[in-house]
Amino acid sequence: MASLNLLLLVCFGYVALLFGVAFAADRMAAKGRSTWLRSPLVYTLSLSIYCTAWTFYGAVGYAARSGLEFVTIYLGPTLVMVGWWWGLRKLVRIGRSQRITSIADLLSSRYGKSNVLAIGVTILAVIGVTPYISLQLQSITLSFSIFAEADPTRGYHEDSSVIWVAAGLAVFAILFGTRNLDANERHHGVVMAIALEAVVKLVALLAVGIFVVWGLSGGVAGTLARIDASPIGHWRVDGGRWTAITFLAAAAFVCLPRMFQVMVVENDDERHLRTAAWAFPFYLLLMSLFVVPIAAVGLDLMPAWENPDLFVLTVPLSQGREGLAMLSFIGGFSSATSMVIVAAMALSTMLSNHVVMPIWLSSRKQGASQSGDVRKVVLLARRVAIGGIMALGVLYFQLSGGGAALAAIGLISFAGVAQILPALVGGLYWRGATRTGALAGLGIGFAIWLFSLLLPGLGNGLLSSKVMAEGLFGLGWLRPHALFGIEGLDPIVHCVLWSLTLNTMVFCIVSLASFPSPLERLQGAQFVNIYDHSAGPRGWTGSVAQSEDLMVMTQRILGAKDARALFQREAALQGGRGHLPEPTPAFLERLERQLAGSVGAATAHAMIGQIVGGSSVSVQDLLAVADESAQMLEYSSKLEAQSAELSRTAGKLREANEKLTQISLQKDAFLSQVSHELRTPMTSIRAFSEILRDTEGLSQEEKRRYAAIIHDEAVRLTRLLNDLLDLSVLESGQVSLNVSSGPLSQVLDHAVSSALPGDGRALTIHRNREGEEMTLRSDLDRLAQVFINLIANAQKYCDADKPELRIETRVEHDRLLVDFIDNGSGVPVDSQALVFEKFARVGAEKAGGAGLGLAISREIMERLGGDIRYLPGQGGGAFRVVLPGRGKMAAE
Amino acid sequence: MSEGAGEPPGAKVVFLERQSYRRRRLMDAARLLPLLGAGLFLVPLLWPEAEGGPEGEAVTMSSAFLYVFGCWAALIAAAAVFGLSARHWGRSEGMGGQGRD
Repeated sequence: MASLNLLLLVCFGYVALLFGVAFAADRMAAKGRSTWLRSPLVYTLSLSIYCTAWTFYGAVGYAARSGLEFVTIYLGPTLVMVGWWWGLRKLVRIGRSQRITSIADLLSSRYGKSNVLAIGVTILAVIGVTPYISLQLQSITLSFSIFAEADPTRGYHEDSSVIWVAAGLAVFAILFGTRNLDANERHHGVVMAIALEAVVKLVALLAVGIFVVWGLSGGVAGTLARIDASPIGHWRVDGGRWTAITFLAAAAFVCLPRMFQVMVVENDDERHLRTAAWAFPFYLLLMSLFVVPIAAVGLDLMPAWENPDLFVLTVPLSQGREGLAMLSFIGGFSSATSMVIVAAMALSTMLSNHVVMPIWLSSRKQGASQSGDVRKVVLLARRVAIGGIMALGVLYFQLSGGGAALAAIGLISFAGVAQILPALVGGLYWRGATRTGALAGLGIGFAIWLFSLLLPGLGNGLLSSKVMAEGLFGLGWLRPHALFGIEGLDPIVHCVLWSLTLNTMVFCIVSLASFPSPLERLQGAQFVNIYDHSAGPRGWTGSVAQSEDLMVMTQRILGAKDARALFQREAALQGGRGHLPEPTPAFLERLERQLAGSVGAATAHAMIGQIVGGSSVSVQDLLAVADESAQMLEYSSKLEAQSAELSRTAGKLREANEKLTQISLQKDAFLSQVSHELRTPMTSIRAFSEILRDTEGLSQEEKRRYAAIIHDEAVRLTRLLNDLLDLSVLESGQVSLNVSSGPLSQVLDHAVSSALPGDGRALTIHRNREGEEMTLRSDLDRLAQVFINLIANAQKYCDADKPELRIETRVEHDRLLVDFIDNGSGVPVDSQALVFEKFARVGAEKAGGAGLGLAISREIMERLGGDIRYLPGQGGGAFRVVLPGRGKMAAE
Repeated sequence: MSEGAGEPPGAKVVFLERQSYRRRRLMDAARLLPLLGAGLFLVPLLWPEAEGGPEGEAVTMSSAFLYVFGCWAALIAAAAVFGLSARHWGRSEGMGGQGRD
């Protein structure tokens, strides 16, 4: 009989072999000779961590107790794999294109990168998997006890050995799973070791099966007869359990963190699924093929008190086949170790990425590149997490008393992790699924599972018998095994029914009622329509990234040596001479992948994002872009306004320029006019004075006539010069006003009598005497000058047959208006703007004056604080004189 | 009809269309496989139970065993046929977006 020492030696030897394989695989992968490491065969074999010690030991026990029901555990995954086209293909595609590191990462990513959800799923997964870990501990302990019974040399205590086994597995998992952090998210070494373990356990189980069928039962026919004769010889299955457990196994196959790890995270090529779709079910079929024969033969050969969970060991031992028993032991041991390694790896990754890292990063205010050695923190977090998970397993083992059948423990685990299913499926196929809905569904499902399955399974310690019998708070409908008053259901069926139904219902209802955030909607669209979006992961566009900063950050995560090697390799790939590569998008993407394997996709993305300063489009970017374009719109409308103003100014300038040109022309015309005006009287004066001087014998009458002409011409000259002087005085503002009071009518009377001395054409004047009865306070002489000018103009220019002039006065808005309207043709439109300019005369031929009258009038009115302007559209020439409110004048 | 013998230039195209049509239908069949499997695995629930009647009427474990494992093996074989032919197509035309990333 093999001693315990030999057994321990075999275990250590086996573990050393696994390490060797993992090491060699990592070396090969590093050298790039890893093509066959990435074959569909290895992928299929790595999926076999689904078959744990539960399968190896528990399936036979399950069959011995419940007949064929055990196959449901394998039929569920078979259906999922065969139907890969429906679900797994999408899951793997999403996992690869979104760089998912765990199932918690997937859900958090789908529901708007919510860390709350990630923490929730992590907690659920840790608690859900705890019974499973405890199952591995129990199976190894049991198998040790079988050998210990036959070994008289040593004392054996189950309780202490459980702790030793747990400690051993923890050390093993820590050494394996957290050996190196610099590996990218695909752990070639571990996957290779798992593939080897898959072969070992299959060979071991097949060997025992073949021994039982051909060695003990005399071939297939004999075996079938022996099965029929055994206590499980007839078909006896509870329909509810059969269906519920098949469904549960299918759900758990997808939701179990370790299955997600090997199936999605470690997947190298989506096409491997095509092979695994039939090869993995085939593996499962081989694993369960000999379960029933072994169970039947065990029940036949072994005494009734023997634990059927251990028939795989005890049957060969009872036949004296110690070598076979040892092989079987190694098979069971390897089933347990592979499960523990991958589960611990997956769970510790989830814990460190979603719980520890966010807390640690937020506790430090500096950016990723300044924040110390991330590497140590991550490794420590993962190691502590593994220790904690194993401790929970031991705790569960001791609370549950360690006596339950393996299958029962496993199913509790399955039901726990299956609570993730509604949120997962909803997230992949329904864009309306929201984070709040997922959280609510998970919460209610988790609570029901805890209350109706996990806690009752822990014995009397946690849920009192009173609660079990009468319900929580004495409420009958809250009995753990008869929720809502429905009794008589199998506990598993009962729990699955209520937890998953309510989970799904709450998930759907809350999703329908809540509204997702923009990021959530974006992610939802990307996940649901993954086949439209999966041209590959989004790349970095950062050409501004500082290679040195990236190097500093990478050193802190991967370690100085590995980081330098990585950067040198990349620089060589780019063909550069330096040891720092250019931050091309391809390099940044590879670097992110590398970092993601150590600290999780989200953290790695955030860290590189901090340094590069911006990934390709995120929702925030889109919002920023939207803001920018709004600003640009605003800016361009401002520009538009400005350019409109400019064109208005340009128009004014053009107008002013035209006016200037016209004025310049007028000035030229005036100069010739004024010289003409001056020369004409001067010529007459000279001519007549020469006659007076040179001609002898002029009569007195003639002398007087010639002198009168000379006088008149001199007066005309004086008037012209006076006007010019007057205007220049007015314009320079040096005029002094002689303010006095008097009635308007008097001013007008004076103006009319002055302007119409009696000679010239007759001009009829219509006046409104009543309106003129008001007293003015102004410079009345100047005002009269303006009026005289206007009346004289009317007399001069009115071209009607019977010229008439209406003088109308009225008060408006505290201002006095005096209009002079004649019945002529008025001022032509193109001259209206010019009549008030100096030297302007409408029609030079009617030369009565020098064209200064209106200019002077305007200057006078401005001095008096009023205005004078031309009124178009009055049926004749019309001018309006505006005087400020009675007696008011502009301050001098 | 377009498959007439008088159209040698179009014959090849017609042949390819038929081929891809077959592929589509084979893909449909592959998608239906899990439903078929679920149906087959539910059949045993209709069998008479050992507790219900006399022992003689109940289905023996050996036949139940053969039925379940037979269906299982058939399902795997069907999936394998599909998987292998799909691998063959993958090189020629990439099936419905399932090519490389």
